[in-house]
Amino acid sequence: MATRTLNRWMGLLLNLGLLSGCPAGETSAPLTMWAMGREGESVQVLTAEFERRHPGVKVRVQQIPWSAAHEKLLTAFAGDSLPDVIQLGNTWIPEFAALDVILPLGDMSAAGGDVFPGIIDSSQIDGQLMAMPWYVDTRLLFYRKDLLAQAGIERPPRTWAEWQTALTRIVALPGGPRFGLLLPVNEWQPLAIMALQAGSTLLRDDDRHTDFQSAAFRRAFGFYLDLFRRGYAPALGETQLSYLYRDFAEGRFAFYITGPWNLGEFRQRLPARVQALWDTAPMPGPEGPGVSLAGGSSLAVCRSSRQPEMARALLEFLTQPEQQVAFYHLTGDLPTRRSAWADPVLADAPHTAAFHQQLDQVRPTPRIPEWERIAEKISHFAEKAVRGEMSEAGAVAALDSEVERILAKRRWLMDRAKSGASQP
Amino acid sequence: MRRLAAIPAGVWFVAPALALIVVFFFLPLAASLFLSFTDFDIYALGRLDRLRFIGLQNYRRLLNDPMFWAALRNTLYFVIVGGPLSVLVSLGAALLVNHRLVRFQGLFRTLLFLPVVTTLVAVAVVWRYLYHPRYGFLNYLLGLAGLSPIDWLGDPEWAMPAIILMAVWKNFGFNMVVFIAGLQSVPRRLYEAAEIDGADGWRQFRYITLPMLAPTFLFVTVITLIGYFQLFAEPYVMTQGGPADSTLSVALMMFQEGFRWWNLGYAAAVAFVLFLIILGGTLIQAWLRRWRR
Repeated sequence: MATRTLNRWMGLLLNLGLLSGCPAGETSAPLTMWAMGREGESVQVLTAEFERRHPGVKVRVQQIPWSAAHEKLLTAFAGDSLPDVIQLGNTWIPEFAALDVILPLGDMSAAGGDVFPGIIDSSQIDGQLMAMPWYVDTRLLFYRKDLLAQAGIERPPRTWAEWQTALTRIVALPGGPRFGLLLPVNEWQPLAIMALQAGSTLLRDDDRHTDFQSAAFRRAFGFYLDLFRRGYAPALGETQLSYLYRDFAEGRFAFYITGPWNLGEFRQRLPARVQALWDTAPMPGPEGPGVSLAGGSSLAVCRSSRQPEMARALLEFLTQPEQQVAFYHLTGDLPTRRSAWADPVLADAPHTAAFHQQLDQVRPTPRIPEWERIAEKISHFAEKAVRGEMSEAGAVAALDSEVERILAKRRWLMDRAKSGASQP
Repeated sequence: MRRLAAIPAGVWFVAPALALIVVFFFLPLAASLFLSFTDFDIYALGRLDRLRFIGLQNYRRLLNDPMFWAALRNTLYFVIVGGPLSVLVSLGAALLVNHRLVRFQGLFRTLLFLPVVTTLVAVAVVWRYLYHPRYGFLNYLLGLAGLSPIDWLGDPEWAMPAIILMAVWKNFGFNMVVFIAGLQSVPRRLYEAAEIDGADGWRQFRYITLPMLAPTFLFVTVITLIGYFQLFAEPYVMTQGGPADSTLSVALMMFQEGFRWWNLGYAAAVAFVLFLIILGGTLIQAWLRRWRR
């Protein structure tokens, strides 16, 4: 009995030795790629095609959850164990560029010119393309057509004033407690969108200082708070949204500012009777159609990669229009390349037209490593004001001084670089 | 060789353990103390020449940081309300399970211990449904009792009580087992003598059980205190510190500063202050016990 077990173990060890020894002798190490969430799963269909076109190349995709991705990437950098290609949220690119983690992509103007201008901007740091946009993620209105019709509104609102009118009427509709809009208080994006729409740049002077005390930002902040003060939106955090789809199906709210990942979720999770009742529309702005955020994910090549050429080839392959259309089939993620949108699959898909329209009007958030931190402060102080723990002016002042402090190190580094450059 | 031989044999026996403690405890402790005097951040992670030695500035900033005080207040709230509650519940459960009249003691002990070994994330997901303002079971019960529903995790007033309730339910099993062990070590003859003297159940509990449990009490209280000061996983999974920072604990703040924003210098300062607080609390408790004797 004991001998048989021992034999089995020996056999196993032998097999392992053969398996690991064999490919190392013949081909180079596999190309590794880290991708997040569902994308990390679906992209393996595309990398299989890449392997077919490049005989001898193996691509190994590791899937990491979104919630841990940022931490994991930084820890991997600190531990020098990054893969060849990484997926980066667009707002992370400045951070990883400052850390010198990712290689500049050099001239990709042919492909880059095909990407929506606002989106390609978000990948450019100091005039250099640091990552290639893979799929887009911008926010706009998801709304209930039937509730709008019931309230006597013919088309989705295009200006802030129209939006407020629509919300007033929807809240007053008969049929139970109802909010006009779902606006999770832990999300900074809606407020940042409104501020950009009102003409604030969020930060100013080469991103050395804040722009929160400007008239434009205050106007947007007032409008945002009014949505709560007038009872259009409930003061709810994300953790309370366990029944989001059910609430939307039951018509407990009519508008929701969210992104393309919810297209698939809405189709899947909403009951059939509601499927014909919802649609998407571009963001309303102060005077007319407004801008939204240039979000999404990009692909970048790590500086530590031992096969940067092949890594770059994989990146170029995955961002080709045909592959982006294929990726849309797999995940519902929207392409960054304008030529991909000409494909009938996308052009005729329901609910995506609004995204196509919005994508011509997107702007990146300030491209500095501190941005995620600052964004979190925006939602932090906005929540204080929404809950009445701080006055409107008090919240703006506190946000202003807190973010000025966050930017202090950046100012010091910029001053040091300037004085260093002026010295011979 | 003669020098080596001169070292007492005992030193060699404790050396491996001491080496481990030095490498995995004192060295990191010293490193984080050093870190807390620098402005180590994401820039310094990239290039070390962007690191500045800033003396006590992190600590000064910490004392002026409203977020730290909010976190400390929340943590104290959790410790002062949740700690005693947890000890009382586990003592009560231990008394019940250990009672002479209870059958299937092993079964009950296992069932009550189950939450301790259940993954916190799974527990949190279920409790989030229990706490849901409209469809949650707890609000359904409140509705039956004629009370208005509570937005458990969304209302800054109620979020911490909700966390405490869940934490107590999740953790009392461990202390209960310790208490049961303590109870079973109380000699039966004391109770028999008390019965002959005509002492009722309450008096037996007051004059035999409680004094005999004193060492167990000290152990349980210190362990609970230390554990509860490090409140982290419950709010991390349930609320991420929200709503409006009402469940942000010191440990959670340290984690967010350190590993979300990579302000390792500042996070190290937070960690050190938390370390001093726990040390102080433990010393005060030990001193209280000695003083009462």
